[in-house]
Amino acid sequence: MKLISYLSLFLIPMVIFYIIVYAALQKKPVFELFLKGVKQGFLTVVEIAPTIIGLLVAIGIFRSSGVLDFICNMLKPLENLLPFPIQILPLALLKMFSASGANALLFDIFKNYGTDSYVGFSASILLCCTETLFYTISVYFMSVKIKKTRWVVPVGILLSLVSLILSAWIARMYV
Amino acid sequence: MLNYIWSFLIITGIIYASFTGQIEGLNESIISSAKDAVDLLILMAGVIGMWSGFLNIAEESGLTKYLSEKMRPLLHFLFPNIPKNHEANDYICANFIANILGLGWACTPTGLKAMKALKKLHEDCDTASDEMCTFLILNISSLQIIPMNMIAYRASYGSPSPMAVIAPGLISTAITTILAVIICTILTKKRDDVRRYHA
Repeated sequence: MKLISYLSLFLIPMVIFYIIVYAALQKKPVFELFLKGVKQGFLTVVEIAPTIIGLLVAIGIFRSSGVLDFICNMLKPLENLLPFPIQILPLALLKMFSASGANALLFDIFKNYGTDSYVGFSASILLCCTETLFYTISVYFMSVKIKKTRWVVPVGILLSLVSLILSAWIARMYV
Repeated sequence: MLNYIWSFLIITGIIYASFTGQIEGLNESIISSAKDAVDLLILMAGVIGMWSGFLNIAEESGLTKYLSEKMRPLLHFLFPNIPKNHEANDYICANFIANILGLGWACTPTGLKAMKALKKLHEDCDTASDEMCTFLILNISSLQIIPMNMIAYRASYGSPSPMAVIAPGLISTAITTILAVIICTILTKKRDDVRRYHA
């Protein structure tokens, strides 16, 4: 296990190292190419800025209003029927919109239930296997001016739901 | 669809907050979330800028092309309608690698370039193509080998075994990814049949 954490520290440096060595061996002007890419990257960020501001404001309003807690309280009587701990439901919903919001909630869960309790462990697994659905969809589609997203949203939500149930199920076997 | 979800979040949020007397907190968060968004964008500009720089080197040196040739069978299976030497293959491949290695924001520049390349295959169309849908769904299922951030979070909150999440995390993302591939192949195949039927 120590080895894995040690190796994972090498991951990003090795990717960069490999890219540079590969290009340098072909005598490419690496630094100039890098600068050109950074410029493109900046333009990318400017391009996605409106989407990010729009999403974060909407999710900010939604979170601070307390609707999420309301939904969870409503479902509380059904707690034993649900195939996952009710505490990770808001986590799954938030993760669809913002990674930082989900992380803040994850830290609350870690503080209140511990990292390796049933709730804490299913939350850990859940955030490993879900992606910020609406961030990805809106940023990627807006950048190429796609309006009709066809089946992407329903399938994405279905996958999130599967991850939710799956992480609770796997956590149950571990804890 | 996105229009509905976006307005749903704002409308339910404002209505619920006004009825439960949380309007003060709401005001605060409207302004602060706009500010947070810009803070995030500044951070993103640095990280995405850096990865785009390295990506550009990888592209110009032919590294992405080389890797996408290695991954050709897989790419062809997932995206049968992308022409063999189209640049979309290279970007999709770079994006998958960034995702699997867990390079975080390196995924965004590669993903956006892939989307632009896919758009070239269907110019002047505001409907998502099959390839775009499959590409997005695979991105969302987030196959990742080592969830480095999660390990760090667990460690900082005093977990006795922060890395215990690696195996279960890998199992669950593998299952969702396989499920995603199955769903995408079924949905895109269906459309091919329809097209053939009409032809």
